[in-house]
Amino acid sequence: MMELRVETLCKCYDGAAVLQNVSFTAQAGLTRITGSSGIGKTTLLRILLGLETADSGTTNADSLRWAAVFQEDRLLEQLDAAGNLRFALGAAYDAPAAAALLTELGLGEVGGKRVRDWSGGMKRRLALARALLAPLDALALDEPFTGLDADNRAAARRCIERAAQKKLVLLVSHEDDGLVGAEVRL
Amino acid sequence: MPQKKSFRLWAVVFWLLVWQGVSMVLAAAYPHGALLLASPVSTFIRLCALAVTAAFWQAVLASTARILGGFLLACALAVVLAALAARCRRIEELLAPLVAVVKAVPVASFIILALVWLESRRLSPFIAALMAFPPVYRNVLEGVRGTSRELLEMAQVFRVPFSRRLRGIYLPQVLPYFRAAVSVALGLAWKAGTAAEVIGLCTGTIGERLYTAKIYFQTADLFAWTAVIVLLSALLEKLFLRGVDALAERWCA
Repeated sequence: MMELRVETLCKCYDGAAVLQNVSFTAQAGLTRITGSSGIGKTTLLRILLGLETADSGTTNADSLRWAAVFQEDRLLEQLDAAGNLRFALGAAYDAPAAAALLTELGLGEVGGKRVRDWSGGMKRRLALARALLAPLDALALDEPFTGLDADNRAAARRCIERAAQKKLVLLVSHEDDGLVGAEVRL
Repeated sequence: MPQKKSFRLWAVVFWLLVWQGVSMVLAAAYPHGALLLASPVSTFIRLCALAVTAAFWQAVLASTARILGGFLLACALAVVLAALAARCRRIEELLAPLVAVVKAVPVASFIILALVWLESRRLSPFIAALMAFPPVYRNVLEGVRGTSRELLEMAQVFRVPFSRRLRGIYLPQVLPYFRAAVSVALGLAWKAGTAAEVIGLCTGTIGERLYTAKIYFQTADLFAWTAVIVLLSALLEKLFLRGVDALAERWCA
C-alpha cells in the first residue's frame, strides 16, 4: 500500500522559515495542500519531488515514483504534443492511450503543431496529460487549472479524479475546482 | 538564426569597377604600376590559369585539410571543455586566463612561438585550432549556462535519461550558440591558419603560394590566392552551418 509520510519537515530561506514542522501522511486518493499564498505549498511539493532538500525532518517521498504538473508548463516548445510526451515518458509512451487522453482534454486536433504556437490553456492541458500518462506512484499538481476555461477545467477535473482512484495525488489549487479529498493545511 | 548577407550586386559591381579603375590609373601612372595593384580582370584570368593545374588543387587540399582539421579539433575540445566548465566552476576559472590570453595575444606572436616548438606542417592546424577555440568555448559555455533549469527539473522528476535530455533540452539550447560561434571561428581559423602557412613557409600550401607571390611581385597571383581563401572560407562556413542546421532539424524537432 503506497503511503506518503512527512514528519516534522522544516525549510528556511535566508533565515526565514518557510515550512515549520510539517507532518502528515497521505494514501492513494486526493490530498489537497492548502494555505495562504507564500506559505510554502510549492516548496513542500519541490521537496517531495526531490528538487529541494529540507533543512530537517524526514519523508519517504523518494521511494515513490512521481510525476508532476509544475506551476509553469515546462514543455519543450520546439516539439509537438507527441514529442513532448515521448520525451517525458520514453518507452512508457503509449500512442493510443495518449491520443485518447489528449482528446478527452480537448487536444485531439492539435496534430503536429509545435507547442510554441499553442495557447496557454492548451499548454496547461498538455502538461497535465504528460503527468497523467507517466508511470507513477504519486502525482504532484501545482495549480493545474491555471488558464483553463470552465469546460476544460471540468475535463481536467475528471481526469484527475480518475487518477486519484488508484494513485496518490497531491493538489495545490487556489481555485474552487470541486475536487474532494483529504486536506493538509500549512 | 541564420543571418542573410546583404550584398547587393550593384554594390559589388561598383567596387569591382573602382578596383579596375585604380589599377588602370596606377598602371598608366608608373612604369611598373600593374605590379602595385593587379586588376580584377587579370586576377580572374590568373585564377583560371591556376585552377587548371594540379599544384593548385594540391595546395587547396593541403591547406583545407590542415586548417579544417585544426578547426574541428578546436570545436571538439571547446564543446567538451565548455560542458565540463558549465558543471564545474573550477574548470571555468582554470580556463579563463588561458582563453583571455589566446584572445589578447597577437596571432603572429603565437605563430612565431609555435614555429620554435612544431614542424612547419603542424603549424597551421595548431594555430587554426588556437584561434577557433575561444569563440566556440565561450559560446557553448554560455549556451549550456542558459539551459532552462525548469526543464531540467521536469526531466529529473520524470526520470528522463541523459541521452534524451541532451537531445530535447541541451542541444536545442546550445546549437544556436554553437552555430554563431562556428561562423566566427571558421573565418578566424582560415585567416590565422593561412598566416601561419605564410610565416612558417609550409610546403605545398596556399600560404606558401602567397609568400612566393609576394617575393616575385606577382600581385595577380596574390589576389587570386586571396580570392581562393575567401571562397574556401565562405564555402566551408556554408557547408558547416548547413550540417549544424540539419543536425538541429533531425535531433531537436
